[in-house]
Amino acid sequence: MAYNLKEVAKRPERFTGGHRMCAGCGAPVVVRQILRAVKPEDHAVIGAATGCLEVSSFLYPFTSWNDSFIHNAFENVAASISGAEAAYQAMNRKGKINGEVKFIAFGGDGGTYDIGLQALSGAMERGHDMVYVCYDNGAYMNTGIQRSSATPKYADTTTSPAGKKIPGKQQSRKDLTEVMANHHIPYVAQTAAIGNMKDLYEKAEKALYTKGPAFLNVLAPCPRGWQYNTPDLMELNKLAVETCYWPLYEVIEGKYIINYKPKNKLPVKEFLKAQGRFKHLFKAGNEYMIDEIQAEVDRRWNALLKLAGEQ
Amino acid sequence: MAIRERLSGNEAVAMAMKQINPDVVAAFPITPSTEIPQYFSTFVADGAVDTEFVAVESEHSAMSACIGAQAAGGRAMTATSANGLALMWECLYIAACSRLPIVMAVVNRTLSGPLNIHNDHSDSMGARDSGWIQLYSENNQEAYDNMLMANRIAEHPDVLLPVMVCQDGFITSHAIENIELLEDDKVKAFVGEYKPADYLLNKENPISMGPLDHFTHCFEHKRQQAQAMMNAKKVILEVSEEFAKLTGRKYGLFEEYKTEDAEVCMVVLNSTAGTAKFVVDQLRAQGKKVGLIKPRVFRPFPVDEIAAALSKFKAVAVMDKADSFNAAGGPLFTEVTSALFSKGFFGPKVVNYIYGLGGRDVKTTDIEFVFEKILDIASTGKVDSVYNYLGVRE
Repeated sequence: MAYNLKEVAKRPERFTGGHRMCAGCGAPVVVRQILRAVKPEDHAVIGAATGCLEVSSFLYPFTSWNDSFIHNAFENVAASISGAEAAYQAMNRKGKINGEVKFIAFGGDGGTYDIGLQALSGAMERGHDMVYVCYDNGAYMNTGIQRSSATPKYADTTTSPAGKKIPGKQQSRKDLTEVMANHHIPYVAQTAAIGNMKDLYEKAEKALYTKGPAFLNVLAPCPRGWQYNTPDLMELNKLAVETCYWPLYEVIEGKYIINYKPKNKLPVKEFLKAQGRFKHLFKAGNEYMIDEIQAEVDRRWNALLKLAGEQ
Repeated sequence: MAIRERLSGNEAVAMAMKQINPDVVAAFPITPSTEIPQYFSTFVADGAVDTEFVAVESEHSAMSACIGAQAAGGRAMTATSANGLALMWECLYIAACSRLPIVMAVVNRTLSGPLNIHNDHSDSMGARDSGWIQLYSENNQEAYDNMLMANRIAEHPDVLLPVMVCQDGFITSHAIENIELLEDDKVKAFVGEYKPADYLLNKENPISMGPLDHFTHCFEHKRQQAQAMMNAKKVILEVSEEFAKLTGRKYGLFEEYKTEDAEVCMVVLNSTAGTAKFVVDQLRAQGKKVGLIKPRVFRPFPVDEIAAALSKFKAVAVMDKADSFNAAGGPLFTEVTSALFSKGFFGPKVVNYIYGLGGRDVKTTDIEFVFEKILDIASTGKVDSVYNYLGVRE
């Protein structure tokens, strides 16, 4: 059945309103859309790493999760969900389970690129039938915008401040989607909530209903950390994709597919200037920073084109 | 008919796990507990169990996966030692506060640093306040028996706490001794089915676990957890009594050895108790009134019972195979003296010996030295040093 936002939006919410995520935050949009891809008749066991999503969605005694949900700690959501999936396998063999159960782990970039990378790598390598979703907002937003290995170069964060001598983060961001693709698991995709969110929905559906481990890296802008006006969320998602800062692609059984190639690739400057964390890049004399970021975006985009056999 | 076998402590634990047939075993190799997941993997590979074996990439993930598995509604088990237990630390507390009755075999080993693979109790003693029930085992038989009782204790509705079953690395884990095993069907009947009230895989009643729990409710949850530990004592005794009916092997909160008319007593955990019993026999042959108490249950600490049992002695030596680095006494010593004080028993003179750190061999002459010291204290009433080290060059 062809994707239709109006139709999927009519499904009962698995992630309900009333949570305390900020207005203009990308994460709840991503979570809701991904959970819409779970078939209505299927049960889901969902985990979240410690982070904004967890502390805003499950404050005792209230929960936003209509499915079963577990939070364990910061670095171990992949391991926790892998354990739940293992219990499912054993209990299923003993005939103790009715119906299909989907296992989904959510982590921010801090809980995924950094402190949770080991547990993620382990769970994916072991081949659990689960989906790991990284909602990447490019810093430790929950603790107050500290730099992570997902933070882009020159971004101003509270632990990589744009100071008088050092102009923000000095390192380029880690390419986690590539790291996960090189785990050679059945399905890896990079996506974002753009337009009618078809790309996000279809990738979530593939990830959920491909047997074995799957990894989704989803851009999730943060109005506090990125410093944009909350209504601009969808515009930022779009700019990230149109500048090829955040290409939409998937790796199915090792085969790279680029899902969207902008007809007119926008300069990365358009993405940067919409965010307060890059404000210092636009001061006179700092043009080299933008040039450098542009060069890195181009280099990675070209490398991706090659991997997909398009160059 | 019970089965007579010859097994090492690790084999005995693995055999218990095979007979329990848990849903998930998630484990990571670390000396000297490595053999447990090794043996268990062969049971899985040969189809002797229904378990899903999760060969995790670290002990942190081992405990995390056990938490996920037990929360999902399965029975989860693991085994570890020393640094592996330390790496689990964060998750030990989460398992306990989430009231997940996970069972873990701890093969006691020195916690780094320095790096040392041999036995002392610094690993499990460090985890003593993590909210886990701790059972200690003198030999392979006790390790096996404690493992068989652990699920029943952990899963009791008045308890719902995780249990660690400790034994001494290499000394009992790798030493082959005679052992009496129960038949598989008897173990199955004794351990029973795991039927949690709430679990993640229950589609009919989805639950959320592991909330952000602010000051409005967190304290009440910790209080409930504390109550569960208090409740555990009665449950441990009930389960042990049922086990005794099945096997004839009696277990309490601690074992008393030749204490009836003793004037002095040694308090000592795990395998050293075996060595000390031998010394007690020798000294008894010389007419010396010595006895021994071997705690089996360290968490919950049997304050009333230990204090009452020790109150009649003139002098007591508490042996600690771990140091607290508090410049005052080891963990067992502080528990014992606090029990005596809080229960109003000021009679016995109590001294502490830190011994065997890093696997330093404990000889019968060392134990004899300590007994002579407390016999001297008993006769003179004089204590020259409370906090002492045994068998170390200084």
